[in-house]
Amino acid sequence: MSFRQALESDKFLVTAEIGPGKGTDTGVLLEDASILKDRVDAINVTDMQSSVMRLGSLAVCHLLTDMGIDPVLQVTCRDRNRLALQADLLSAWVLGIRNVLALTGDHPTLGDHPQAKPVFDLDSVSLLEVIGKLNGGADMAGNELKGATAFLPGAVVNPGADTEAALDLQIIKMEKKMEAGARFFQTQAIYDLDLFAKFMRRVEGYKTKILGGVILLKSAGMARFMNKNVAGVFVPEYLIKEMTETKDKVKTSIEIAARLVKGMKDLCHGVHIMAIGWEKRVPQVLDEAGL
Amino acid sequence: MIIATQKDLAEIKHMVAPYKKVLIVGCGMCMTFCSAGGPDEVARLAENLATDREGLTVEKGMIPRQCADKFIDRLEEKIRDYEVILSMACGNGVQAVARRFPDKRVLPALNTQFIGIEQEPGVWTEMCMACGDCILGKTAGVCPVTRCAKGLLNGPCGGSQEGKCEVSKDRPCAWQEIYHGLKRLGLLDYLKGETQIKGWAVHPGRIVREELKAKES
Repeated sequence: MSFRQALESDKFLVTAEIGPGKGTDTGVLLEDASILKDRVDAINVTDMQSSVMRLGSLAVCHLLTDMGIDPVLQVTCRDRNRLALQADLLSAWVLGIRNVLALTGDHPTLGDHPQAKPVFDLDSVSLLEVIGKLNGGADMAGNELKGATAFLPGAVVNPGADTEAALDLQIIKMEKKMEAGARFFQTQAIYDLDLFAKFMRRVEGYKTKILGGVILLKSAGMARFMNKNVAGVFVPEYLIKEMTETKDKVKTSIEIAARLVKGMKDLCHGVHIMAIGWEKRVPQVLDEAGL
Repeated sequence: MIIATQKDLAEIKHMVAPYKKVLIVGCGMCMTFCSAGGPDEVARLAENLATDREGLTVEKGMIPRQCADKFIDRLEEKIRDYEVILSMACGNGVQAVARRFPDKRVLPALNTQFIGIEQEPGVWTEMCMACGDCILGKTAGVCPVTRCAKGLLNGPCGGSQEGKCEVSKDRPCAWQEIYHGLKRLGLLDYLKGETQIKGWAVHPGRIVREELKAKES
């Protein structure tokens, strides 16, 4: 079943994510993908995550299609102007890529080439509009395409935005993304299900599918680091305590992630698991969560 | 106004090293207001250069603006005695002086930073990119093109923490400022309008106003 078919069914959706590394060695990356293959509806491939120069998302997505995996091409507005974005989208389509996640992208100053010129010619909302236009057989300037795309466009939302203003803005922008064509949303990592439930009540009735984000906690230190440095991620103290006191970090990490996944079954339409190097553990998380 | 900062003294010394007669020229407009190239800064730089090297003649000059020929003309007599003009103007002024005196070496003593304001004594912030298509009427007087590090037009990214930009904690998230401004004015619906896409102007910019051209001739 393709990701589109899964999305159009009533199935509880499961997506995962792989992040290409720096260099041409795709060994571990594709091994991770093959482990995830039969357990997920789609695999996202990140677009130079954290603004660190890496192997590109487009090529890796293409390799995934060769393996019979339905990839989600993450496209950020950080590095390409509207010409390059449209050209890459057309290229993705002819290479068999069918799903696109439109993102703004981190600022280059956060990455390993901080002096790069930030592009941001479009943003996540206008990029979604452009995908809609390409799907409709025309480019952004209104020129007719000889052969259109038929992408399934998605977007992200951050339910854990830390101020009232930030959360209001996230929801207003989410509505704009839906109007611009986003058919599904993958969220920032969630650790507090009550807070997430509150967010879900605010967006109740929205005609879209929301996949709650899950990041595997590898250690208490990682949790504290995210609390301090990753916008919208808040790991409650009791989870940090669990990770501190455990004798088996991997086991506890899997337990916590499985609990979150189970909790989300009643709250939203799916989960998006970001294992960040622990892709091999994802099947165990899904087993424990009964998926 | 235009905001600039002085180059490292070592870089300036290196630039003027081949010369014996240097005319430092300050600018009475922006550069005076942002304390980068006004009379005080001209005097200080002149002293620094003169005490650094024997046999170097440094003269001070000041004109009301270095970006208009009618003021630059005032330098015509004075520059004859000097090999080089060390301009304490913004990049605009340096180029205007160089254009007016094509046979004279003109060197920049400042690094031009941005169009901005003095937010508090000693702190300047960028406000306008001169993008050529002002949307401040829709954004409660806060420019997202300039003050959002990504220049986003349809709302914030997900990177802000405690109201601060992901680029650095000393910068407010422009979109949160826009949000608070619009909320105060009862105009939050402005955020929900149609998707904004910017058409970028061609640079270098050039404006022709025929009615004014005709008047001059």
